[in-house]
This record gives sequence, structure tokens and C-alpha cells, in this order.
Amino acid sequence: MTPPPAEAATLGAAPLPAAAPPREETPLRRFVADFAESRVALGAFACFVAIVLAALFAPWIAPQNPYDLAQLDIMDGRMPPGTVGGAGFTYLLGTDDQGRDMFSGILYGLRISLAVGAGSAFIAFCVGTALGLIAAYFGGRTDTIIMRVVDLQLSFPSILVALMILAFLGKGILNVVIAIVVVEWAYYARTVRGTALVERRREYIEAATCLALSHSRIVFRHLLPNCMPPLIVIGTMQIARAIALEATLSFLGLGVPVTEPSLGLLIANGYEYMLSGRYWISFYPGIALLVTIVVINLVGDQLRDVLNPRLRR
Amino acid sequence: MTVYLIRRLMQSALVVLAMTVILFLGVYAIGDPVEILISPDADQIERERAIAALGLDKPLWLQYVTFLQNAMRGDLGRSFVFNEPALKLILQKMPATLELAFAATIFAVLIGLPLGLWAGLRPDALSSRVIMAGSILGFSLPTFWVGLMLIMVFAVQLGWLPSTGRGPTAEFLGVQWSFLTLQGLRHLVLPAFNLSLFKISLVIRLTRAGVRETVLMDYVKFARAKGLSPRRVIFVHVLKNIMIPVLTVTALEFGSTIAFSVVTESIFAWPGMGKLIIDSIYVLDRPVIVAYLMIIVFMFIVLNFAVDVMYSALDPRVRLQDQRG
Repeated sequence: MTPPPAEAATLGAAPLPAAAPPREETPLRRFVADFAESRVALGAFACFVAIVLAALFAPWIAPQNPYDLAQLDIMDGRMPPGTVGGAGFTYLLGTDDQGRDMFSGILYGLRISLAVGAGSAFIAFCVGTALGLIAAYFGGRTDTIIMRVVDLQLSFPSILVALMILAFLGKGILNVVIAIVVVEWAYYARTVRGTALVERRREYIEAATCLALSHSRIVFRHLLPNCMPPLIVIGTMQIARAIALEATLSFLGLGVPVTEPSLGLLIANGYEYMLSGRYWISFYPGIALLVTIVVINLVGDQLRDVLNPRLRR
Repeated sequence: MTVYLIRRLMQSALVVLAMTVILFLGVYAIGDPVEILISPDADQIERERAIAALGLDKPLWLQYVTFLQNAMRGDLGRSFVFNEPALKLILQKMPATLELAFAATIFAVLIGLPLGLWAGLRPDALSSRVIMAGSILGFSLPTFWVGLMLIMVFAVQLGWLPSTGRGPTAEFLGVQWSFLTLQGLRHLVLPAFNLSLFKISLVIRLTRAGVRETVLMDYVKFARAKGLSPRRVIFVHVLKNIMIPVLTVTALEFGSTIAFSVVTESIFAWPGMGKLIIDSIYVLDRPVIVAYLMIIVFMFIVLNFAVDVMYSALDPRVRLQDQRG
């Protein structure tokens, strides 16, 4: 099921020996080489890095700050892509009803989408992994209770759980993050429990137990690093899911507030102009969202193939 | 078997009860409907009268007991906004949602099955690769954006299909249905297709995997060796065997289709339960929110229960495992 412990452990830490001879096969090198075997995955990864960089440096790339009202010109509202606006620069992707440059809006929207997606996926990762490890390590009643909750939750569709939570808490970025964490933690818990159950019977855990190490040390320093590969795969996919879920909730008007629009909210804003043929207000944020999600999924797919020891040559 | 049934039934009942507590606490303990429903100009006496009329002045546990007692009688409270029983409101909207979900399921099978069959029989052909890439897109594309694009292309640019509402309806068994009129059918196409995208991808993948497994089986080889026509082998021998998992999953997915119709209904202004719940969340119409969630959760629990029982009836290993664990 999982790679031998030593290998996976270094894979997580990935130290690069400075003076190593060039051809030496380290787990990290092999991982990189395996990953680069698929051109599609490599391209997707490059795309992903570009998207993240664009989001990070949005204030320097974007021609205007879309939330600084002083920079907006209401006379430039709803201009088709390619028009030169009053401020002197070209609206590459057109403007929305308030004269906001869509290209700048998308860059700023990406920041929120990525931050919410990655942030909530990370919190869900921590919560789910901790609970899954506890369930697998202690077994018995703890295991039964945790896994029952997991089963119960996975039997309901994500949108329903999220709706329920947002109906209780109201909208807002923090509440969206909470909703996504509640939706996603169960996937991590189930995955890590499956791996950890196998790993727990290995000799190194027995050895650690014989050394009378504390439970937390065994679980987090010995068990966890060896359960990482499947978690990394799930984690990548869950980031994409989190971004899609956030966009959907924001589109429904239950997500982020209007003052900090994510891609989903940008799409929702353009919805009413769709029927009058002004497609660009919704279309381009949608493309940005789509590319982001597909690219992350492609990277995740390749990671799954690379990290799956059954497929290792 | 009886023991298993009873145990499973009690579990389900416990889950339903737990859900009522969570829903009640969640919706009634957070947020204040007084602020939203009573006009800010109202004086103190008017406010108190309104609070008493809505039962919001009683202690929380008493509100819960009353809520539970009423729920048993099928009374899930009156909508603050429409001043009608919440359950009745939702039941009125239910046929529209069910119609949409059924249409989406039919789409999923009608489109997904042939494409999956094709991709499974010619796994290396370019067309099959395109189909599989399409199914990945179907999984990862956000439904709401595809819905907008469908409106843009088919309603705005081409003008072939209407984009909002149900169109004229006709009565059948005392309920209004869209699919009985031609205009209604045209209104149904886009939302149903939008809702079915995810399921189409799912059916394609299931069918493809099933076909690739089945064509290697001995009985298929035997049927070929007997000299049966390829068409007969595929459509009778192969298809019959892959239908079981495909239909099971499609049926299981029906619940989540209804849940996801929230998104599709919002885009296409389809007047179903999903649109109602979103509107109710906007105005914090708590009885309607609770009633909707109760109905959906109940439906899911019944669905899961039915599936579990069916499986255990068909496969003794399931219930033996459960007894041991």
C-alpha cells in the first residue's frame, strides 16, 4: 500500500545535499523525474505556479486597484474587452457595471479564491488527519465514534452540509472557511485512517512503542510521515474542490461579502448582464476559475500516479 | 435479518433525532429574526406582540419541545414571510424539483451510457480519449458557470431555448408539471442538462470501467465464439451486466441531485425547493429553512436505509460483518 518508511520520510522533509554528485538517485530527484514524465502534468504545474504568482503579485500586475473607488470611472461601465478607457489603459477583458477593469478584478478575485481554498483545505487537512490518526492508533470505541461521524457526513452531499452551516452562521469569509472545513475533514480522516491502520502494525511502530515513547511522539513523528503520500494527493484534489465550493457558495450569495469578491462572486455579478449579451463580466472570471481547478486536478492526478507504490517501476 | 433491520432502523431514528437537535439549535440559537421581520419603526408593544406571536419569547428548550411535538404532527412551523405552513410551501415546490431531478437522471443515462459504452469498447481511439477528457471536465467544472454558459449560448446567442422559469404547466394527478406541455419541455432542457453534467460524467466512467471488465469475461468470449452478432453481444450480454452498478449508483445519486438542484434552480429561476431555500436563507425565514433541511435529511436517511437493507438482503456478508463489528 505505502512505500517503505525511510523513503517516504525523506520525501516529506526533502533535504537536498549540497555537494552531492549530479547523478545520485535521491527520493526527491526520483519524485521530480517521475512527475516530469508527463508533459501535461508539468505544463499544469507551471500554469499553477503562474496563477499563484499572479495572485500574489496582483497589486503590481493589475492596471488598477478594483476596490479603490477613486480609480474607478463609472463612465467606463460595461465596456467590451479591448476598449481603451478614460484612465488611458486598455481594458483587456472589459469592465463591469461600475467601470471596474475585469482583468484587475480577476487577479484580486484569484487571491481570495486561492486563499480561501488553500486555507480551508489546510485546516481540514490538520483536523481530519489528527482525528484519522487518533482513530487508527487508539482503535476501539474512539475509532468507532470518529468513523461513524465520518460515514454519516460523507453520506450527505457537500453542498447540503455547507448550506446548513451557512444557514446557521450567515455569510462571510470565515464562515465559508468553517463550512468547507466541516465538509472536507472527513475525506482526510478516512484516507489517513486506512493508511495508518496498515502502518501501525509495522515493526518501526512496535520499536517506538518498546522505547516507551509518548503516544503523541509516535503518532506525529513516526506514524504521520509514513501516511503522507496519499494525504498529499487527497490534499491537492481537496484544494480544487474547496475553490469550486467557495465559488458556488459565493455565486449563491452565501459566501464572501461584496467588498471582497472572489471569482464566484464576480461571476454572479455578471449574471444579470448575460441576458443582454454582455458575456465578458461572467465569462472571464469563469475561465480563470476553470483553469485553476483543472490545473490543480491535473497536478493531483499525476501526484497520485507518482506516489502510488503499486505503479512504481 | 430481523435483528439487523431493527438495529439499522434504530440507528436511523437516532440520526434523525440528532439532526433535529442540530438543526434546531443551529437555526434558532444563531441570528435574530426579530430584527429582520419586524419593521424598525414598530414600538415596543408591537415588537413584543410579534415576538409572542412567533413564540420567540419562550426558553430555548421549550421551543425545541414544541418544535419536536409539532414536527411529529407534520407541522414544521409557519413561514415568517409568507405566513403559510412551511411544510406546505415546500411540498408545493417539490414537484418542480423532482421533475428537474428526474429529467437530469434520464439525461445522465441517455447520454452517459452510450458514450461510456463507446469509450469502453474502443479504449484507445481518439474519440474515446475526447469522451474521457470531457468526463473529467464534467467532474471539475463548477456547475453554476456551465449553467451561465448554456444560457449564453443557447438562450442569448442562438435563441433556441428559454432560460428562465418553468413555462406553462399542465395538471396531472393534481400537480402541475412542465413536461406535459411542449413549451414546458423546452424550459426543462437547459436546467436538466446543467444538473445532469456531473452525473453524465459519472455514468460514462462507470460504464466504461464496466465494459472494459466485462468484455474480457468468459461468457462474452463464449457468446462471440457461438457466432452471435457483435450487436447482440454488446447490447444483450455486456449491457445487461453493467446496468446493475450503473443503475445502483444513479439511484443513489438521486438524493444529491436534489441537493445540488439548489444551484441549478438559482441560475435558471426554476421555481423549486432549492430556489425557495436560498430565498429563505436571504431573509432568515427559519421555519422554511428548518423544514427544507429536515425533509432533505430525512430523505437521505431513508434512501441510505433502503440501500443498506437491500444490500444486506442480497449479500449476507454485509449483515454478518455488521453483527461482528
